[in-house]
Amino acid sequence: MLRKPLTAGLALSIALLAGTSAIAQQRVLTFNTDTSDPAPKAAFEALIADFEAEYPDIDVQVNLFDHEGYKTAIRNFLTADSPDLANWYAGNRMKPFVDAGQFMDVSDVWADNGLNEQLASAASSMTIDDKQWGVPYTYYQWGMYYNKALYEQVGAKVPETYDEFVENCKLFKDAGIDCLTTGTSAMWPGAGIFDYFNLRTNGYDFHMQLTGGEIPWTDERVRETFAQWNRLVEPGYITANAAAIDWQDAAALMSQGKAANYVMGNFAVATFKDGGMTDDTLGFFPFPTINPDVARAEDAPTDTVHIPAGAKNPEDAKTFLAFLARADVQTKLNAALGQLPVNNESTVDEADPFLSQGFEMLSTASGLAQFFDRDAPAEMAASGMEGFQEFMAYPDNLEDILTRLESDRQRIYAK
Amino acid sequence: MTALPDAHGPKRSWWKSNQQKLTPWLFLAPGIFMFAVYVVWPIFASFQFSFYDWDGLSPKEWVGWGNYQELWGDRNFIISLKNNLIWLVLYMLAVPAGLGIAIFLNQTVSGIRIYKSLFFFPFVISQVVVGLMFAWFYAPNFGLFFQLTEWLFGTGTAVLANPDYATYGIIVAGLWPQIAYCMILYLTGLNNVAPDQIEAARLDGAKGLKMLWYVVLPQLRPATFIAVVVTVIGALRSFDLVSIMTNGGPFGQTRVLSFYMYEKALSEYGYRMGYGAAIAVVLFLIMMVFIAGFVWKMVRDERGH
Repeated sequence: MLRKPLTAGLALSIALLAGTSAIAQQRVLTFNTDTSDPAPKAAFEALIADFEAEYPDIDVQVNLFDHEGYKTAIRNFLTADSPDLANWYAGNRMKPFVDAGQFMDVSDVWADNGLNEQLASAASSMTIDDKQWGVPYTYYQWGMYYNKALYEQVGAKVPETYDEFVENCKLFKDAGIDCLTTGTSAMWPGAGIFDYFNLRTNGYDFHMQLTGGEIPWTDERVRETFAQWNRLVEPGYITANAAAIDWQDAAALMSQGKAANYVMGNFAVATFKDGGMTDDTLGFFPFPTINPDVARAEDAPTDTVHIPAGAKNPEDAKTFLAFLARADVQTKLNAALGQLPVNNESTVDEADPFLSQGFEMLSTASGLAQFFDRDAPAEMAASGMEGFQEFMAYPDNLEDILTRLESDRQRIYAK
Repeated sequence: MTALPDAHGPKRSWWKSNQQKLTPWLFLAPGIFMFAVYVVWPIFASFQFSFYDWDGLSPKEWVGWGNYQELWGDRNFIISLKNNLIWLVLYMLAVPAGLGIAIFLNQTVSGIRIYKSLFFFPFVISQVVVGLMFAWFYAPNFGLFFQLTEWLFGTGTAVLANPDYATYGIIVAGLWPQIAYCMILYLTGLNNVAPDQIEAARLDGAKGLKMLWYVVLPQLRPATFIAVVVTVIGALRSFDLVSIMTNGGPFGQTRVLSFYMYEKALSEYGYRMGYGAAIAVVLFLIMMVFIAGFVWKMVRDERGH
């Protein structure tokens, strides 16, 4: 009689012990991320829940940062208290961290999982010194968003070529509508316009050489880019005072029917729709052709996940990257994000006209640029965007702007 | 047992004999510690950083006077310096304007306290809010000021998009709370103006501007001194309004030194710690000219009286 409770107690304590050791054995993966906006936050919560369901012995602990604050915070936590995973961006944006030895080489994850084929479109922007430094999980297209109602009102047709676009602008101008709107108060929207003018005039390779500092800003071909751009600036086809307008306020101009076109990223669709536009009134087309001889390339900024060099659990972090790169995972994650999966075996929601158009456009593009402020080094990006902003207000200052950018180029890339 | 009082005895007497000298230092210690760690040490660290090329991640690289040489050829630095000068000169308007409002409000009407607090209100609200309000006031298309100029002249003026007006537009926003600050300094000063002197001056036939200049203002000298000091320093460290209203734009024409330092060292496109530190050192030296002047005057006044 005495034995029974004893064995029961023993069994209980063994069970308890086993229980605690199971918890102790569960490996921890810390993940610092800036996905603080509602939609990305929900998308990442779902992603992590799926990962933990598949790998029950790994516990992912997320440290959520504010989107803007993260850009400063990452510099501190990489050197001071490294997580096992961290969000960042592809291209030149990750270069300072790679150069400083803060990111881990994950070429083996790419090789073991066939990522070189599946993530081919983003491979070049993830590669430095022939090694891959992270895994891209999403990107989105840039292009021309337009107000369908205004096109009907003035009788304009969606343009294929830039000449047609400029002709449309005359129609809009006569109707008192801004042909192209933008708000460069935060500078970067102007960089999107420059990217497209340069990509369409001189092509992807030239654009990458220019942002890579190999071509002088005073080059004749750069002048040609600005000359094409000036066909909109000089006649006043672009919204006036853009330098003091936020990009959201410019988006409002388009939803209110005061502007017809807007060179933007796909994230702006939500803003347009908040302003009352629907799939019936909001349209999208790729930036029109300027030089028919150059192959079509697009801007597609890519978001990535990296393993910091100081990660305490790099093995499980690599498991996570392989999981994140998988086609089905990217399909689900991007459906929640409202963006495009990088994995070419993934699918997008056919019902969303912007996503399906973007996916089609990007997968047939000859090259994908990351966006001016990710392709060019930070300092060059800053002075470049300042120049673009000035050009749209004072096109006559072009010579001065280009001389300045050229002297900045010589100083910045010499280091 | 008998050893204890012996051991304590001399200690206590040492404390007692030095108590007078030590107590002030003990009270000062927390303040000195904070000041040393958060003010003095960073100043010297900035001086040191300004001789390095450093992105905050990689190892530091010694460049000697390189950062300073680059500064003199840097167009944006010259623009920032020029704007700081404009700030300094125009911000001084806050002192006479504050005085004017203070004299205007220095009367006994029913409800004067409400008017005083309403005039003081802009100083109470955050600079960020002031900046946002003025940014909307100037905003193209929907801003009140833009619509006013549109109604008056046919075409609206977007102050913050115009490189010639933008800095002045920001200074006007900055003056609003600064005038309130000077006003409150003068209001307290006016309370201490001796009524018998006013009376005597009145008997001698002084009135209006003469009364203000020869009788009231000399008595307000301490208030004027403080008002000038806070306004000079306020003008030199202007940062929040520039950051909120224009972010240094249009095309960098509204930058001031403190903002340019932030841009180069800490913003998204910066991370040149050494260069930022060099800008900070220049700003510090400019401030030191004024601060040294003020301190010298205070010491002289204390000795003189």
